[in-house]
Amino acid sequence: MFMFEKAMTGGRRYWTWVGALLVVIAVAFGFYLYQLSYGLGLTGMSRNVSWGLYIGQFTFMVGVAASAVMVVLPYYLHNHKEFARMTILGEFLAVASVTMCMMFIMIDMGKPMRVLNVMLYPQFHSVMFWDMVSLSGYLILNATITYFTLHAEQEDVHYPHWVKYIILLSIPWAISIHTVTGFLYSGLPGRLGWRTAIMAPRFLASAFAAGPALLILLCLLLRRQTGYDVGKKAINGLAVIVTYAMVINTFFILMEFFTAMYSHVPDLTADFQDLYLGAVHTSLLPWGRTSIVLMAAALVLLLVPRWRRNEKTLVVACVLVFSSLWIDKGVCMVVGGFIPSPLGTITRYVPTLPELIITLGVWAVGALMVTVFYKIALSVEIAKEASYVPAYEFARTGGAIGLQMHSSSAAVPPDSGSGHTNKDAFGKSEQE
Amino acid sequence: MKITRKEFLKISGACLVAFTGKKALAVLDNPAKSQTSSASGSKASKQLGMVVDTRKCIKDQGCTKCIDACVQAHNIPSFKDPHHQIKWIWKKPFDDLFSSYETEYLETSLKDEQTPVLCNHCDKPPCVRVCPTGATWKRKEDGIVMMDWHRCIGCRFCMAACPYGARSFNWVDPRPDIKTLNPNFPTRTKGVVEKCTFCSERLVKGEMPACVEACPEKALVFGDVNDPKSEIRQLLAKSYTLRRRPELGTGPNIYYLV
Amino acid sequence: MRDRVWIIAGLFLFLGLVTYPVWHNLVAHTSPKPPQLVLPANEKQCVAPVNYMRSSHMKLLLQWRQEVVREDKSKYVAFNGKVYNMSLSGTCLKCHNQQEFCVRCHTYAGVRTPYCWNCHLDPAQVKRSAR
Repeated sequence: MFMFEKAMTGGRRYWTWVGALLVVIAVAFGFYLYQLSYGLGLTGMSRNVSWGLYIGQFTFMVGVAASAVMVVLPYYLHNHKEFARMTILGEFLAVASVTMCMMFIMIDMGKPMRVLNVMLYPQFHSVMFWDMVSLSGYLILNATITYFTLHAEQEDVHYPHWVKYIILLSIPWAISIHTVTGFLYSGLPGRLGWRTAIMAPRFLASAFAAGPALLILLCLLLRRQTGYDVGKKAINGLAVIVTYAMVINTFFILMEFFTAMYSHVPDLTADFQDLYLGAVHTSLLPWGRTSIVLMAAALVLLLVPRWRRNEKTLVVACVLVFSSLWIDKGVCMVVGGFIPSPLGTITRYVPTLPELIITLGVWAVGALMVTVFYKIALSVEIAKEASYVPAYEFARTGGAIGLQMHSSSAAVPPDSGSGHTNKDAFGKSEQE
Repeated sequence: MKITRKEFLKISGACLVAFTGKKALAVLDNPAKSQTSSASGSKASKQLGMVVDTRKCIKDQGCTKCIDACVQAHNIPSFKDPHHQIKWIWKKPFDDLFSSYETEYLETSLKDEQTPVLCNHCDKPPCVRVCPTGATWKRKEDGIVMMDWHRCIGCRFCMAACPYGARSFNWVDPRPDIKTLNPNFPTRTKGVVEKCTFCSERLVKGEMPACVEACPEKALVFGDVNDPKSEIRQLLAKSYTLRRRPELGTGPNIYYLV
Repeated sequence: MRDRVWIIAGLFLFLGLVTYPVWHNLVAHTSPKPPQLVLPANEKQCVAPVNYMRSSHMKLLLQWRQEVVREDKSKYVAFNGKVYNMSLSGTCLKCHNQQEFCVRCHTYAGVRTPYCWNCHLDPAQVKRSAR
């Protein structure tokens, strides 16, 4: 497999971490097998709250996956060089989170062995079908991009010319995955808490806050653990993106709040009643309120430039952003839409222990993927910096040579010592 | 006049956009159009529907004969855990069905009356629109919203989409909780969604739905609402009836006579 | 050469695993003779010729399923012109016993019993358990 051998070497800390993840995955898999034989009755879901934690997590992870576009877009479209060392990390994060999305869908399915029916009998009027198309497409795009860019990096050549079109395509595609996921909810006539045109925009805003927040945390963690530094400028740039996205997301929530509470239409206010106001007794109230408090705290930390630029407070802010949006989208949004039921019943939803363990298992798979991917990426990057192999000469040749490079493979030795080459998607290169 | 390649591409592109745009608009516009035509009563094909005469139904509040008949006919399990319940036809207070029609001062005799609830076999069923496999679909011949339990993947998108709460999911194996098995109808297996099918298995034999047959008060009137001569149509023509959440544009086909 | 022990042990393990079905059958005294299926007493002819049923009954069942569930049909005109009700429990199991016929043959052939019986009931069995 692709550079997999690089993930097979590591210190004791690395293997302890991988081992711990594997244990969690094994235990969760055991519970999943039990769920498979017993049925989804093992979870806390019910006739009235028919989607729960699994679909909530799916929705949240679609956002994390889509957020890779927040590093890809500035880097490739705006030539934002600071993000150079972070882009591959963002793309790998996207691959891992899309995989997690697919796993969450699978574990939520009553008949997972029949999943191919979606392709055998495609229903073009079903948003679910298009969600499958966009998610699997996004996975393929990002897998292709990471493979070719990292491979080229290792060989110290420019990636094949055509990859830049894949990168360009991945940008609107990232927007599409979360838009279509928003449509899953906003297109349903009877659920008024979801049926809002702002659903997809709100999804995107929260995604572009939560995803980059996670990426900041991962980058800082990497620096502490491995010494790989994406650079202060990159972190600050990403922090600004998190801030904007968080402000827009909060703005969207307030818009919804105003529309519902001022118009005072019962169907619209219902969602806010049980999430934040506690007018009806559901298990969601503490979650909704926690989310709002965390959101406010995160905004304060992010909006004050001094705190945003201070890494210590930035870490706190990112944790707050991530957890607040995880609650908002991964717990409250989905479950809240089912309360009250179409016949006015208030049904409590509390995830069961097996449900939590299975969910944790999927997260562990995601963490393992990120670990392995980052290990590979870093060993390529660090090896390159350490040896400082003279780079290939690209300057005047552009994309054409990229194609030639691809076909002539890695055996060709670099011919001249023209120094470190900085490349972007358009085959342009700059010499430092 | 000479057209450059660039111009040609521009023009043809614009034509393509206009053409597909028109098609897309036509598709999007369609539901609205057929909605108005259904209101004026000029639908061509058959559409089975039901009138629930609440005046007759509420006479005996404890009566569950329609529910029992359905449970017996379709091997519906009776789970103790309310979370796992399977319901095809069941009873709820009138107020829960028509919460938007409520007035504080409504005579309690109607407000709290237990009223039958079942699948509305909508003209534009949202459950069918969202189903990713075609496991649920609207039958052209008679307008029944059908279920194929062989094809359902159990994603429960239809349950989220149904504005009437008419769908149930088999959270666990239903068999152990079925009181008396009816060998002529399959049970379901864990992991699939089910709902009322207007007893399609009985209709094909020329029988009435089990609930209609079982009602001692003849409070359930079943038939083709598109046939001006049918009993149900006569009833609808001369009496004021309610439908659940018609404002959603689903075109429900269960009518409540109050 | 130090790995010789492991290689040979591995080869033996592999051989053992590959020939496992043979050992299993020898120990379990499994007979290669096909099961003697009890044929229905009251009917002489199935809905299709025996050879077709033996090789392709699943195709016929899928066709019935398609037509009954999705196409609102109920009657099947057999090759000899006879009309049958398309029903697994009602027509097939009227003659064949599920355990004695379907399951036994599937077990013999090593074909996993299909999930038909997760939902469809054998009337004979239901009657027996009711009593």
